[in-house]
Amino acid sequence: MSSALTKADLAEKLYEDLGLNKREAKELVEIFFEEIRTALESNEQVKLSGFGNFDLREKSQRPGRNPKTGEEIPITARRVVTFRPGQKLKARVEAYAGTKPQ
Amino acid sequence: MTKSELIERIADRQEQLSYKDVELSVKLILEHMSKMLASGERIEVRGFGSFSLHYRAPRVGRNPKTGEAVSLEGKFVPHFKPGKEMRERVNDF
Repeated sequence: MSSALTKADLAEKLYEDLGLNKREAKELVEIFFEEIRTALESNEQVKLSGFGNFDLREKSQRPGRNPKTGEEIPITARRVVTFRPGQKLKARVEAYAGTKPQ
Repeated sequence: MTKSELIERIADRQEQLSYKDVELSVKLILEHMSKMLASGERIEVRGFGSFSLHYRAPRVGRNPKTGEAVSLEGKFVPHFKPGKEMRERVNDF
């Protein structure tokens, strides 16, 4: 099993391909994700062409249940992030699907 | 926020890197993430979220214009699951 791609791997890529020094690369990856979070936190949609959009959805309160006790507890209204992959990313991922069942 | 706005915001927070460096970096990060996902690799960013592939089973769809049945093959689609910090920060309003 191969391990998942992490921030450290992305920083390593910037170091190798663009020649940023290790500290700059690490910082840049950190700020990249932080700026996306900050935008979403301010209720701002994030559109990264070729990759996908991060949208915000307001969910109203709905009935829920404690799975252990079976007790009914309402799930409170909340705002959630959803990701809609772009056409290009979807097409690339589908091409993978044709080659290898998971 | 678009990709170019993201690049500007990062550049504003960076003392040492030029706008051009930031632009190349953002594009490389997104390209590398796409490439890894497209090769079946998961992406895990603590506090942000994880990206993985979900399988969609084969099904019979319909051409919406003609109503004709079309068989669709199984496929993988990208999926994002927000991390704990992301969920909390977005919901804190």
